[in-house]
Amino acid sequence: MRGLYAIYKKEMNHYFVSPVAYVVVCIFLVLAGVFFNYIMSQVIRYSFEAGMESMQMGGAGMNIDVPSMVLRGFLSILGTIVLFLTPLLTMGVYSEERKRGTMELLMTSPITDADIVLGKFLASFSLLVIMLLPTVFYVIYMFAHSAPAPPWKLIGGGYLGVLLLGGMLLALGSFLSSLTENQIVSGVLIFGLSLLLWLLDIFTQGGNSAFAKSLQYGAVLQHYDPFIRGIVDTTGLVFFGSWIFLGIFLTMRSIESMRWRRA
Amino acid sequence: MIEVQDLTKSYGDKTAVDHITFSVNKGEILGFLGPNGAGKTTTMRVLTGYLPATQGTAKVAGFDVFNDSMEVRRRIGYLPETPPLYFDMTVSGYLDFVARIKNVPVEKRAQRVESAMEMAGLAEQRDQLIKRLSRGFKQRVGLAQAIVHDPDVIILDEPTVGLDPKQIIEVRHLIKGLAGSHTIILSTHILPEVSMTCDRVVIINHGKIVAVDTPENLTLQLKGGERIRIVAQAPEQSLRDTLQKIPGAQRVQIESMGSSGRMVATVEASQGQDLRSQIAATIVGQGWPLYELRGQNLSLEDIFLQLTTEDPAQKKPEESK
Repeated sequence: MRGLYAIYKKEMNHYFVSPVAYVVVCIFLVLAGVFFNYIMSQVIRYSFEAGMESMQMGGAGMNIDVPSMVLRGFLSILGTIVLFLTPLLTMGVYSEERKRGTMELLMTSPITDADIVLGKFLASFSLLVIMLLPTVFYVIYMFAHSAPAPPWKLIGGGYLGVLLLGGMLLALGSFLSSLTENQIVSGVLIFGLSLLLWLLDIFTQGGNSAFAKSLQYGAVLQHYDPFIRGIVDTTGLVFFGSWIFLGIFLTMRSIESMRWRRA
Repeated sequence: MIEVQDLTKSYGDKTAVDHITFSVNKGEILGFLGPNGAGKTTTMRVLTGYLPATQGTAKVAGFDVFNDSMEVRRRIGYLPETPPLYFDMTVSGYLDFVARIKNVPVEKRAQRVESAMEMAGLAEQRDQLIKRLSRGFKQRVGLAQAIVHDPDVIILDEPTVGLDPKQIIEVRHLIKGLAGSHTIILSTHILPEVSMTCDRVVIINHGKIVAVDTPENLTLQLKGGERIRIVAQAPEQSLRDTLQKIPGAQRVQIESMGSSGRMVATVEASQGQDLRSQIAATIVGQGWPLYELRGQNLSLEDIFLQLTTEDPAQKKPEESK
């Protein structure tokens, strides 16, 4: 446990001493801000036009739930940004240690492989939380300025979804990083995986064959979608939970195997 | 304190360490000497639990390095070939981290970090980022890292590599100072280092132990041999035959000296024999012009080279003497 905390602290320190954390968080916030703004203006224009139309028709005006629409659109984009930015957080997490030879220090210290793997995972997960935290202000802003207030279920479900999605990518990214000494290689592997998971969703849309259906099951965003509708169901929880577990498990195996391969 | 029994480590079909057996007593400094690729690093990695052995056992403080890895890791301080440093940490921050993962209790941590910095001569660099330090200071941080938890056993892989002469002397002093209360294994390919710091030497080559002895004995045993350099004008083969027939001549090497027809012969004499007059008489007796005859002492480097570069067929008679 003490080992785990030491690793965690060291990783957090590393993120914030090197420019990694600042660059990733900064880019994330710029993108999130731009998209939030864009989605909001789109939804408002749409609701305005819809209102005008129904007024011309002499109706009482359609009831459009603007906050929910904005929130849903925003959370959906948030998932996509996370899909593409989290690889940057994990690509060096083991590759760099292997290259610098510090892995030898960790592995000859009286700490378990689990301490190393979980400490590192929790650190990258914390950074993900830190990265998402400022976007909560958007939600607060919406609470202050919109009637009806945005639904809690949607906010809670959406953020839980982003965290699960991010956690899954961090766990898998750590594993891929543990496979190679080369940061570029591990970065490309993780990006490739993210892209594949993202594209799976598009490729399989509308497919009805059993094969398409099973591929659809692997498409991450399909499982992410219910969360941003405010639906937290066991399928999603199990899906992301098992990927996170698998990623961590494989990383531990991979570390263990370093002892057996030529280092 | 350390017992290695019949240890073998192979990578695929390449054997890096081949059935080696040795032990280190408590408080002793053992030098591991051998050319690059001899298996020094591999042996150390097995001892620290970083690599598992293919065959044989290794015990540190009575604990098997494989089965009781955690117990062994608690008792070992290890400086690998490249110091395992985090470049974006400060010296004291880094040592604090190492102290944490080495299970130094909270109340002792600050004091241990201080004394490690003190011992390695890093007091003034405590708040500097490791990446800004020179090569020599980085090496010292690596050394401080190995002693920060005050381990029973310290394993140092080439601790003085990359240091300037002054720093080398300081590091040697530091290592000597640690002996007694700590058991130390250090590897090197620099001979004087061994004779200056170690109580006992293991010479290893191609994964096998070639010799185990105190540095004094090794030097004594091998330095007794004298080498004689001869320049003479003679046919190569007959010169070789003649020289080899002289009683006491151990090894004869002959090189041609350009197109002049002169030969440079080197004869190694066994311990305590002076063959110079005999060689001179023999060569002159054959009617060959003799241009030069000179005795050379075998340096430690020569001994080392002898022990580690000979082929096994030639080595057998040497060892039996």
